[in-house]
Amino acid sequence: MRGTSLKFVLLLVALFALAAAGCGGGGGGATGTSASTGGGGQGGTLVFASAADPVALDGILVSDGESSRVIEQIFETLIDLKPGTTDLEPGLAESWEANADGTQYTFHLRQGVKFQDGTDFNADAVCFNFNRWYNFKGSFQNPSATYYWQVIFGGFKTYDPNSGAPKGSLYKSCEATDANTAVITLTKPSSSFLAGLTLTPFSIGSPTALQKYDADKGNVDADGIFHPTGTYSTQHPTGTGPFQFDSWTRGDKLVLKRFDGYWGKNSDSPTGFNGKGAQLDQLIFKPIADNAARLQALQTGEVNGYDLVEPQDIPTIQGDSSLQILDRPPFNVAYVGFDMSKPPTDDPKVRQAIAYGLDRQGVVDSFYAGRAEVAKEFMPPTLFGYADDVTTYTYDPNKAKQILQQAGYTLPVKIDFWYPSDVSRPYMPDPKRNFEAFAASLEKSGFKVVAHSAPWSPDYLGRSDAGNLGNAYLLGWTGDFGDPDDFIGVFFQTPQKQWGTTKNHELDGVMKILDQAEQETDKAKRTQLYEEANRQIMDVLPGVPYAHSKPALAFTKNVSGYVPSPVDLQSFATVSIKK
Amino acid sequence: MLRFVVRRLLLLVPILLGLSILVFFWIRALPGGPASALLGERATPQAVAAIRHQYGLDKPIPVQYWKYLKQVGTFKFGNSSTSRQAVSTEFKQRFPATVELSIAAGLFALVFGIPLGFIAAKRYQGPIDHVSLVVSLVGISTPIFFLALILKYIFAVKLGWLPSVGRISPLIDIPHPTNFYLLDSLLDGNMSAFVDVGKHLVLPAIALGSIPLAIIARITRAAVLDVQNEDYVRTARAKGLPPITVDYRHVLRNAMLPISTIIGLQVGLLLSGAVLTETVFAFPGIGSWLVDAIKARNYPVIQGGVMFVAIIVVFVNLIVDLSYGLLNPKIRLS
Amino acid sequence: MSVVELEARDVAIETPSMGLWSDAWFRLRRNPAAIVGFCVIVVLVIVAIFAPLLAPFGPRDQNLSLLRQGCCPGLSHDHLFGVDELGRDELSRIIFGARFSLLIGVVSVSVGFFFGSILGAISGFFGGWIDTAIMRLVDIWLTIPGFLMAIGIVAVLGPGLTQIMIAIGVINVPLFARLLRGSVLAQRENDFVLAARSVGVPKRSILAAHILPNAISPVIVQGTLALATAIIDAAGLGFLGLGPQDPSTPEWGTMLTNTVRFLQTAPHLAIIPGLAIVITAISINLIGDGLREALDPKLRGRG
Repeated sequence: MRGTSLKFVLLLVALFALAAAGCGGGGGGATGTSASTGGGGQGGTLVFASAADPVALDGILVSDGESSRVIEQIFETLIDLKPGTTDLEPGLAESWEANADGTQYTFHLRQGVKFQDGTDFNADAVCFNFNRWYNFKGSFQNPSATYYWQVIFGGFKTYDPNSGAPKGSLYKSCEATDANTAVITLTKPSSSFLAGLTLTPFSIGSPTALQKYDADKGNVDADGIFHPTGTYSTQHPTGTGPFQFDSWTRGDKLVLKRFDGYWGKNSDSPTGFNGKGAQLDQLIFKPIADNAARLQALQTGEVNGYDLVEPQDIPTIQGDSSLQILDRPPFNVAYVGFDMSKPPTDDPKVRQAIAYGLDRQGVVDSFYAGRAEVAKEFMPPTLFGYADDVTTYTYDPNKAKQILQQAGYTLPVKIDFWYPSDVSRPYMPDPKRNFEAFAASLEKSGFKVVAHSAPWSPDYLGRSDAGNLGNAYLLGWTGDFGDPDDFIGVFFQTPQKQWGTTKNHELDGVMKILDQAEQETDKAKRTQLYEEANRQIMDVLPGVPYAHSKPALAFTKNVSGYVPSPVDLQSFATVSIKK
Repeated sequence: MLRFVVRRLLLLVPILLGLSILVFFWIRALPGGPASALLGERATPQAVAAIRHQYGLDKPIPVQYWKYLKQVGTFKFGNSSTSRQAVSTEFKQRFPATVELSIAAGLFALVFGIPLGFIAAKRYQGPIDHVSLVVSLVGISTPIFFLALILKYIFAVKLGWLPSVGRISPLIDIPHPTNFYLLDSLLDGNMSAFVDVGKHLVLPAIALGSIPLAIIARITRAAVLDVQNEDYVRTARAKGLPPITVDYRHVLRNAMLPISTIIGLQVGLLLSGAVLTETVFAFPGIGSWLVDAIKARNYPVIQGGVMFVAIIVVFVNLIVDLSYGLLNPKIRLS
Repeated sequence: MSVVELEARDVAIETPSMGLWSDAWFRLRRNPAAIVGFCVIVVLVIVAIFAPLLAPFGPRDQNLSLLRQGCCPGLSHDHLFGVDELGRDELSRIIFGARFSLLIGVVSVSVGFFFGSILGAISGFFGGWIDTAIMRLVDIWLTIPGFLMAIGIVAVLGPGLTQIMIAIGVINVPLFARLLRGSVLAQRENDFVLAARSVGVPKRSILAAHILPNAISPVIVQGTLALATAIIDAAGLGFLGLGPQDPSTPEWGTMLTNTVRFLQTAPHLAIIPGLAIVITAISINLIGDGLREALDPKLRGRG
């Protein structure tokens, strides 16, 4: 009699054989390198739980925090921010000066800096990067592809009316007058240009690597979502930063290792570093989409830190002696945006009614655990240009209904309301919950809310850039540098499909004021202009800001040296971990 | 025997063709897919034409289908639109994860299910029998994701005995020649990595194995009850053979036949369950890969992944059929 | 089907043969587990129907002020099951949720039953190449793991309640098709049908009085068991975020997903809807098992 148990072995063997057949030919691409020892710094590996995989590691092509966080480690910009602040300090440029009318900047570059592929960083490399960006064509001109370029510099060399990019550019030219001097010429003065250069999108990449790995190939799908097709941004990002790319297995981990050729290395210093080189041997980003799972992984020690701690988890972490909470200075705004080109939100009365129908106090009090305040306008109160006397809209369902009825609407008024799924942002830890609370308060205020949702990246962001988020939507913004231009300038200075300002012209006046403010170099006058802009914005009401939050990060106690920045970006170079 | 194998292999052809047609049309029905690029509100006629051309949508349906068949035949589906890696490369990384998990879950179900069912049958109507009935009832009635969450909460969070997410601790670095991490760590001679991978498998395997365990316990019990009263068993007992010999040689072996059929049927169930289990434990396998691809409308992955999975299911079914035929002459001849 | 035969031995009790249904009823009544399951389901159905009267609060009524101290306050006198992440009464949502779960289950199984039995009946009735074609189609259909197929269908149709029902209905079609074809074929050649035919009973009466009742009983058993699976699968789809587009819908699977993030501080919010699903599924499975034993002709003392 044949043994039946043999059959299970057979089955298992068959399964393995099948698997092996499917996996034949060279194994996978996930071969990691073992942690290098020696060198300077204290060494060790830190595992940071990110909320998601980065979209891509080519700064100019991304606008999301998870991508920026990683790019910030690999790349550097001409100008940096002092850790923990929004003040400028030298980066790859040691110093810079402007000409009298503020249209030409001369950058004196740091010498002896090398890219991670061994090539030299110099003025030619700087100009290569700027010209690459300026010469983008076709799908790269889509706002979802080159968001920050368009925010700071406007359009491109060639204008394509189908791309969604504005006509004309702030950028004119870049010239390498010698190996260490780059001169950038602008078409008009800009007060936000220097601060804008601190943004990760304007990181300087290795020209050799950019060309070798097809950084400039990609396409945009039907929903306006950009997809790069080269391998530069996924497998070969090459910058001058303290960490260099090692490997990336989507959904599993992204491994960076210390870049030993980093310019911050200084043989005279006893530690081998002048304080700017990386302390860690390895920095691993592990995507864990679920907030609860991130907390669990921190508690079990599987990861050493994570960002965007949910308000309700803070007491748990504070109560655990092996964990610590770090506060990030508040520098953000969460808002309900309107598409002013679509009925019924093209009617200012309807927008007002929505504003009165949103229970913002309730949401802030109940969901942010005392770590947020109700927002009155589209920028945080700590910033200059904040106007205290804007029109405010306190939750009042009856008033909302009244406004609608007086405007001749039959109740309930139907609105399409979008929220993002699979995401947690500093300004909205739990979008769905905010949405549900708002939807409920709107239903009490004479509206019929039709709920829609899409995954944050790439769908939701793509939809927002393409103006495909119904009448109202949840969104927000974390500032990148300390200037009102980075808040209301970003939102309203140029026509955007997000607000419907490409078709609706109620904000044209505000756009003019913002243009004026950007070119104004006198700070007192700029302040006045921004205050005026804020007043007008809250009258036109392109959206309703509802929260400025104080986000928190959590780390295990053995991690030190992390300086939370008010903006999303911070280098892990100063971080060390006790073994 | 050969004829039986050949016949079963021939039967595969229409099934695989049918599947490919199904998947082909399914992909074309997906919202926001290559086809609906035609409706993109900002697309210029040139852009539309370019996209149509890029995806080959300007060709007649049979031509497009033929192109898809060629992709299936060569396993070349292009690059994932999120990671830019070749779909086949990702598959090679993800598939072993799911196989490892499924085998672990299957072993868990067998190791606990068969003895439970066997003892239950031997102690028919006794307390263990009742326990087995309750276990199998609760097993098939509990959603996998709920069980997975509860397990995670108790054993990972509250007790801290086992890791809560992933396949391997991020700090452990071993080469992955096979992408079966257990095998990889053995090949590397790294026992601590082996233990680590094993620990990561425990909770997902229990969650995924719970329904198969319930079913196997149930079938084993029924099969043993059935066989126990057969004449040959009575004869064996009457001959005075020791009970253990009778149980092992006659009862269990004969009861194995229906049990093994059921095990074959569990493969589809394991794959379905893997989607939910992998989601809860952030386990980078095929299930979470496909769900993410569908959510992100990652067409190359959807096109390739779904077909890969379908082919695997077909072949596993074939193997089960063949081995069943090997063991049961009645089927072979019919 | 071999399962049914195997399990049949459990309850080989000799009973006098009466009509098929009265006989089945007699056996069912003597199965305490099935009675318990039946009672639970009756209670659930009553709860679902009279939800607005029974629930202490509206299922969507939020009370944000309850969450000031963090999410989420536990069980209290006012809120027996506590409140969820939006200050909604958990008990009321569970009560209303019974509607959705039962509705999804019944509708999707009915869809599967309806189309499946049409396919199966056509196949069994016509035979020949039509039978072959349909059965090959069913084979392919069954090749794809059911839950994966449901995800695929929802991917095409978009997330939502109706879509979930259609998706789960579709994965049930081939099961019913195969089952009905099998029993039609088996019954057609059965002795008692031949006997009826030979004594000149009209064809229509044979079909109505003999073939259908006997062919339908395995379908009823299958339908009951499929109901439990459908409810679990629907919750699974909800869990993956493919559930109702309106996130405030009190569907049990969706409720569980939404509160997973509060597992540390308020585990009861995940456990309660989870248990509701488990209890419902157990009860339906108990009824299904009971029916299977009661309706199996083999057990009716025919030898």
